[in-house]
Amino acid sequence: MKPKTIIEKIWENHVVYREEGKPDLLYIDLHLVHEVTSPQAFEGLRQKGRKVRRPDLTFATMDHNVPTVNRFVIEDEIARNQITALEKNCQEFSIPLADLYSSEQGIVHVIGPELGLTQPGKTIVCGDSHTSTHGAFGALAFGIGTSEVEHVLATQTLWQHRPKTLQIRVSGRLGDGVTAKDVILAIIHRYGVDVGTGYVIEFTGDTIRNMSMEERMTICNMAIEAGARAGLVSPDETTFEYLRGRKYAPKGEEFEKAVERWRKLATDEGATYDKTIEIDASTISPMVTWGTTPGMSAPVDGTVPHPDDFANETERKAVQLALQYMGLKPGMPITDINVQHVFIGSCTNSRISDLRAAAEIVKGKKVAPGVRALVVPGSQQVKQKAEKEGLAQIFIDAGFEWRDSGCSMCLGMNPDTVPEGEHCASTSNRNFEGRQGKGARTHLVSPKMAAAAAIYGRFVDVRKLQIEPVR
Amino acid sequence: MQPFTIHTGKVAGLDRANIDTDQIIPKQFLKRIERTGFGKFLFYDWRYLADGKPNPDFELNRPENEGATILVANENFGCGSSREHAPWALQDYGFKAVIAPSFADIFYNNCLKNGLLPIRLTKQDVDYLLQQSKRVDYELTISLEEQRVYDENGFDRTFEIDPYRKQLLLKGWDEIDLTFVYEPYIVEYEKKHHFIS
Repeated sequence: MKPKTIIEKIWENHVVYREEGKPDLLYIDLHLVHEVTSPQAFEGLRQKGRKVRRPDLTFATMDHNVPTVNRFVIEDEIARNQITALEKNCQEFSIPLADLYSSEQGIVHVIGPELGLTQPGKTIVCGDSHTSTHGAFGALAFGIGTSEVEHVLATQTLWQHRPKTLQIRVSGRLGDGVTAKDVILAIIHRYGVDVGTGYVIEFTGDTIRNMSMEERMTICNMAIEAGARAGLVSPDETTFEYLRGRKYAPKGEEFEKAVERWRKLATDEGATYDKTIEIDASTISPMVTWGTTPGMSAPVDGTVPHPDDFANETERKAVQLALQYMGLKPGMPITDINVQHVFIGSCTNSRISDLRAAAEIVKGKKVAPGVRALVVPGSQQVKQKAEKEGLAQIFIDAGFEWRDSGCSMCLGMNPDTVPEGEHCASTSNRNFEGRQGKGARTHLVSPKMAAAAAIYGRFVDVRKLQIEPVR
Repeated sequence: MQPFTIHTGKVAGLDRANIDTDQIIPKQFLKRIERTGFGKFLFYDWRYLADGKPNPDFELNRPENEGATILVANENFGCGSSREHAPWALQDYGFKAVIAPSFADIFYNNCLKNGLLPIRLTKQDVDYLLQQSKRVDYELTISLEEQRVYDENGFDRTFEIDPYRKQLLLKGWDEIDLTFVYEPYIVEYEKKHHFIS
């Protein structure tokens, strides 16, 4: 039999109907729903008198609009309406919902894995581009628009063209202080924000194999920032161990049977991809974005580039506009960029290991004067764990604000925003203009780099810091 | 969905690459629970100054672009967030089609679901159209049936589109209704894979 990639295997397992000249009709195993991209879909169902076909394969939470202080007091009336609409819709259509009162609430891409809903081999969709996160488990997971949300609610399927496959193989040892976030930022920096357009990415290589599930989630989360709707990692023992005992994962003998099935999903020896990229992990440094796309970044010991360094006119113009927006000068060392805000959170980097990594840097130190620093855990479960482990206290003692779970300052749909013209070291995934607030200047970094920026009030090379382990 | 067959309209150019959906429709406007009325918020942060007045430097505010129904932009248009509010806003503003050398995957799909036609042309052709768009009253005609984009001066190009999507657009069909035709296959699949417990 012809060797297959995991992407082809999952695809073949989910084809409901195939006909020449049409996309494949693909079955969806898990549909995650949040408050921002679903109201119009539910309204569409109501207008046509349609039902949700499989509420049991659907799971909802509220995350984008949720305040991270006084979460039950939503002062923004339109935001409150959206949250209420989700509650009503879930009730009307019998969809399980982790609401603001639930200990399972959190960012949809944090709670899916945490609850064991995310499993190898599944097709997973959500009206959110960072659905690619779930690919870390060897699932085919991608973001969809609201019309597709409605289509999945009504039919549990989607018409999809088989994607091309892109292998990104990362090999070798990462340097101290270099994290999964730096790997994905470096990939996007080197190959561009549209290298993955039209592809599903499989991340392979020993560097990825040696990563924890949470690190793999950070990598797959930003596959969309490289243009790919989905990014995934073939499942292995690390995956299975993570899932064992999770609430919605199979139990007992069923779990062992599932593991046997999951093992067969990994890409076969000798399978071919439409395109392959090789990365040497030892060449990656901690990265900082200086511009307005996730590809506009530099190693922390580098400098802000000059527009003339770029090959074509469109790029030169883009860099010029970006530098103007960011208020940065060409040639300026990255470590000379001052920050007034630090945000540790988002579906990219708000899990317990991210908070541990940040806390190691912060422990026993103080946030620099003039810096406002926020830690927003990805879920209620992460929050409780961090409080139990003493991480929350470390952040609070250092002068960080310790918040409730939600998307928060990643996109500032709730009250957490960055004021115009101010710089934010952010562990999120997008540095687009206005993303964190009108005129806000976002620099994407790892949790370690963000924590260090909070202490020093500017970017510092975490490889040069003396770090004491958290006891 | 509104059918798309043939359209002639004025062209507006936005010569930037990687225009993300956060620019097309900023997040503060995603809280509405309707599908309509997003046009006034299109490109909000670029289109308006701090005092709420139109920004005269922004391309769509230039007099020659008033009433444009075809938008031409550079590579990777619509990258970032999956928000379908982006095509809703473009359409509500009056655009019927967007032409670019490349589109982000999710945005491209979202356009097709709403009858907003995304057209990929070569970078060279897009550069030509961006130049032409600076003229007052520069118009293009788009025929979906013929998969053709042309003007009165001899510019005439064909474009690719998935035949299945093309049919849906031409007819303005509701995709969910069509999928229900295949329900027996869905039931069959569920028997094998997803019993309702």
